Amino acid sequence: MAIEVDSSEEFIGYAHPERLVSTGWLQERLSTPGLVVVESDEDVLLYETGHIPGAVKIDWHTDLNDPVERDYIDGAAFAKLLGSRGIARDTTVVIYGDKNNWWAAYALWVFTLFGHADVRLLDGGRAKWEAEGRDYTTERPRPTAVDYPVVERDDSSIRAYKDDVLTHLGEPLIDVRSPEEFSGERTTAPAYPDEGALRAGHIPSAHNVPWAKAAADDGTFRRAPELDALYRGEAGLSDGDRVIAYCRIGERSAHTWFVLTHLLGFENVRNYDGSWTEWGSAVRVPIVRGSEPGEVPQRKG
Amino acid sequence: MDRMTELPQSLARIRDDFLELDQSDRLVLLLEFANELPELPDQFADHPDLLERVEECQAPVFIFVEVEDDGTVHLHATAPKEAPTTRGFASILVQGLSGLSADEVLDVPDDFPQTIGLTDAVSPLRMRGMNALLSRSKRQIRAKIAA
Repeated sequence: MAIEVDSSEEFIGYAHPERLVSTGWLQERLSTPGLVVVESDEDVLLYETGHIPGAVKIDWHTDLNDPVERDYIDGAAFAKLLGSRGIARDTTVVIYGDKNNWWAAYALWVFTLFGHADVRLLDGGRAKWEAEGRDYTTERPRPTAVDYPVVERDDSSIRAYKDDVLTHLGEPLIDVRSPEEFSGERTTAPAYPDEGALRAGHIPSAHNVPWAKAAADDGTFRRAPELDALYRGEAGLSDGDRVIAYCRIGERSAHTWFVLTHLLGFENVRNYDGSWTEWGSAVRVPIVRGSEPGEVPQRKG
Repeated sequence: MDRMTELPQSLARIRDDFLELDQSDRLVLLLEFANELPELPDQFADHPDLLERVEECQAPVFIFVEVEDDGTVHLHATAPKEAPTTRGFASILVQGLSGLSADEVLDVPDDFPQTIGLTDAVSPLRMRGMNALLSRSKRQIRAKIAA
């Protein structure tokens, strides 16, 4: 990795502590060549109200999603996007954002689809940076465009499609939505817009671990022993398990994907980004209602 | 073009202001609207129970519509500073609807948010928050007229 890792004590115990940096670490390195800071938020205007000095903005809707098809951008568009932000293939990228790094983790997952090697999260995101009274600016950086190679997206190892989930049934599934969405009382997160799903409930056998359980009150990730208790304990995951996580459109579950992969060290975790807005509207897929995981049904003939 | 000519002048001007700009400047204008959202009048600030939460919006946004005896509408809204997009949507409607008659507000096309050129800059999904603000405002007006 191009830039030294943050060896802060609080990251000890994570499987891949090099994937996190602390606010203090970042502050000291803000204008380091080879390091680009990226802000990714739920709110498309939050960056404009003030951001970490030098940080560039990447929006999950308008930058990372294909404008027509329900898919991510392709290699050419990704190369253009990153190049325009001054990010080269060997740049160390630190992403941060609002809501416990919800969208930052999602952006990191998309970067990973393209194999960008050194991409990290700022632990605590905007909330912690702000709480510590660190500087924001509204000055928009004008990065010098660089060449980013066109790398085709590789969906095979960390992304699951609906058919992959059907094949996967019987192996661990983590549903990271709210308990109300899991049980089928509602199809949207409380207080969130309806992206559309015709049926309510969850994928049979999925364990419900709402994504934000992995975050502490200050927006940082919970430390390794707590995460262990949550996922290896309560959710019953074992080392070596192949896991698929899902939510409603794949963004909350990207956060859980980060936790399972980089903090807990599971090596075979996929994010099902079709998630409930696909599964809950698909024809002839099994659905369970109620708060229990439920059984995997016999496949219909 | 017919529908456009029917749009109240206040809303038409806001729409035209957005459409004149290129995509990135439209976001800047939306942020200006966000910053212009007035504080709630004291009578509402002290009575959060009077405000209706707009559940369809990602951020906690609350609205309250007043209809005067002569039918003039006043829209009040509040949303946190961490949600500038939602504040911007609310501010557009506060500026565009306030002072209109109840009938004029009810006649505003439900797809007004889709006509102001923000869909690509903000994303179709996020725009739905503004549709929800508009439809809930209309619903409050209908309820008040009927009362």
